[in-house]
Amino acid sequence: MQAVTVVSGRAVPLDRSDVDTDQIIPSDWLKRVERTGFGAGLFAEWRDDRHFVLNNEEYAGATILVAGPNFGTGSSREHAVWALQDYGFQAVISPQFADIFRNNCTKVGLVPVQVDARVGRELLDAIIADPSLEITVDVAAGTVGAPAAGIETTFPLDEFTRARLVNGWDDIGLTLRYVDEIGSYESQRPAWLPITR
Amino acid sequence: MINQCNRATLTQGRMVPLPETLIDRIWGAHVVSSLPGGYDLLHVDRHLVHDLGGPFAFAGLEQRSLPMQSPALTFATADHCVSSAPGRTESTNPSAKALLPLLRRSCAGTGVTLFDIDSVDQGIVHVIAPELGITLPGSTVLCGDSHTCTNGALGALAWGIGTSEVVLVLATQCIIERRPPQCRVELAGMLPDGVYAKDVSLALLARYGTEAAAGFAVEYVGTAVRAMSMEERMTVCNLTVELGAKIGLMAPDETTIDYVRGRRYAPTGADWDEAILAWSQLRSDDGATWDRELHLDVDVLAPQVSWGTTPAHTIAIDANIPVRTDAADAAEADSWERALDYVGLAPGDPIAGTPIDRVFIGSCANSRLSDLQVAAAIVEAAGRRVPTSVTAWVVPGSQQVKRAAEELGLHDIFRGAGFEWREPGCSQCLATNEEYIGPGERCLSTSNRNFVGRQGPRSRTHLASPATAAASALAGVITDPRTV
Repeated sequence: MQAVTVVSGRAVPLDRSDVDTDQIIPSDWLKRVERTGFGAGLFAEWRDDRHFVLNNEEYAGATILVAGPNFGTGSSREHAVWALQDYGFQAVISPQFADIFRNNCTKVGLVPVQVDARVGRELLDAIIADPSLEITVDVAAGTVGAPAAGIETTFPLDEFTRARLVNGWDDIGLTLRYVDEIGSYESQRPAWLPITR
Repeated sequence: MINQCNRATLTQGRMVPLPETLIDRIWGAHVVSSLPGGYDLLHVDRHLVHDLGGPFAFAGLEQRSLPMQSPALTFATADHCVSSAPGRTESTNPSAKALLPLLRRSCAGTGVTLFDIDSVDQGIVHVIAPELGITLPGSTVLCGDSHTCTNGALGALAWGIGTSEVVLVLATQCIIERRPPQCRVELAGMLPDGVYAKDVSLALLARYGTEAAAGFAVEYVGTAVRAMSMEERMTVCNLTVELGAKIGLMAPDETTIDYVRGRRYAPTGADWDEAILAWSQLRSDDGATWDRELHLDVDVLAPQVSWGTTPAHTIAIDANIPVRTDAADAAEADSWERALDYVGLAPGDPIAGTPIDRVFIGSCANSRLSDLQVAAAIVEAAGRRVPTSVTAWVVPGSQQVKRAAEELGLHDIFRGAGFEWREPGCSQCLATNEEYIGPGERCLSTSNRNFVGRQGPRSRTHLASPATAAASALAGVITDPRTV
């Protein structure tokens, strides 16, 4: 996984709540076997509407997505995270992330920035008013700020997840350090549990 | 149980274990090692793989040149991408034709058991795992599918994971997780006639919303839970993820043990005796505490139907679609307006009587034998046919369900009334097998998601029980099954 310490840049305001992963990447895209190119399918249905915010050139090249609450709900498809990354987003800001989506983000280095509802609203309003507003997400410090709009706050990230993000550690590498423990655990499981070999 | 990590407190010089929840108990028994920051490395007893995510995950394993830790603990099935057309083969639709050979090759290469498109045990992953005894009480069950929580009905700790985590489980048979906060949902009372497990879940969503249990593990308790069959419990656990939860489960009881006994992958002989002894310990202690508690009286419920674009956009079938002033705030009122614009309905109108184009009886929420029996009983009692304006599908959850239904003659009842009787798979629930609801078409569906475009671009979905689906199919409009 690519290490990520600071994400700085402009942001796209997606002023909607309950954005589910079927909206982020429609299921038709899940049949691909390649890992790349999902950005073209990001918010596919909404992008047909020329007024959709991603079609607004003022937000082109943004690296941060700011969305309403309950972002990433629904299907567990990690493709939703890949699509956001492939499009160019490195962080997503929302007052509430769906659990599986948030987990998927931290596995591949897309930073889920959970802020309280008031700050989320302020950020949306600020980037709607000024599309050139710069936002900085500091993963190591656990802060998110838009100095020009007078917004500065912290966001929750447990130390383990923070360490994984800033060091680019992935779960497989971490877990393979425990092969002996896994073997020992498997050899001691109760006999009624399914056999491992 | 091994590695039991009981929390304890020092009382009068003696270590007294703190009361544990069912979730604590199963979690503690699966800790391989404790990691920093409150994370645990947990062992995975059963791992389920399907045709849509499987090929991608196996490719990830190959790219890293890693062997599988425990191939005997992973089971694969063809469900998301297969056609449900009668007489289907993998060549019936392009997605199965592209993905099944990849899954087949990976399973053959690793030794993973695959229930292929032509297997007598093929079916939807969360239907076949309990049905074959792959899911056991007290076990951990993971799958790259958000409805994995369905398996919690048996008292398993089961949740959905993304592709990266699927690769992790293939390689290590473990997962890195932090114990989630816990929520107890009490379902009190007994279900009235015409009201089913699906209505209970939809009513919970209507009352508490899609963030009610965001990130939580949910234990369902109460008289209604105890009175439910295993299949009804699976429906309730299935929709737990729509409440935002990671996990939904129910303590095993006699109903559970009777269900598991004799299933193919269930323990036998002395192992069975040891298992039921272990399973009898699987309940929350008196005095255990929860981070959140929700409650629903089921006695007073009417059949439920969704009107909008999240499962929480749900009302009683005899109620009217909400108006702006019913919303908690302007943001909610705006989201309702967008939803109603999408589904083409008006605020304040009754939901019953809305004309429909399609009916889909199927999915991991409601495709088991008892679901089909309820629907068939309504069809038989009504003595009517599906009008020509409606296309109605019945898609059994598995080959076993299909055979059992056919032995009971249910297929003849459905076909005789103008329903299509199809082959098992996920079908129109998520439309990854070229089985779409057309643009602008309105579908009464027994599945679990009514998101924008979920059943196909511009499709409109109304979620309901199999009883409501059957009654509505016959009337051609959304219909209260109690009136049939």
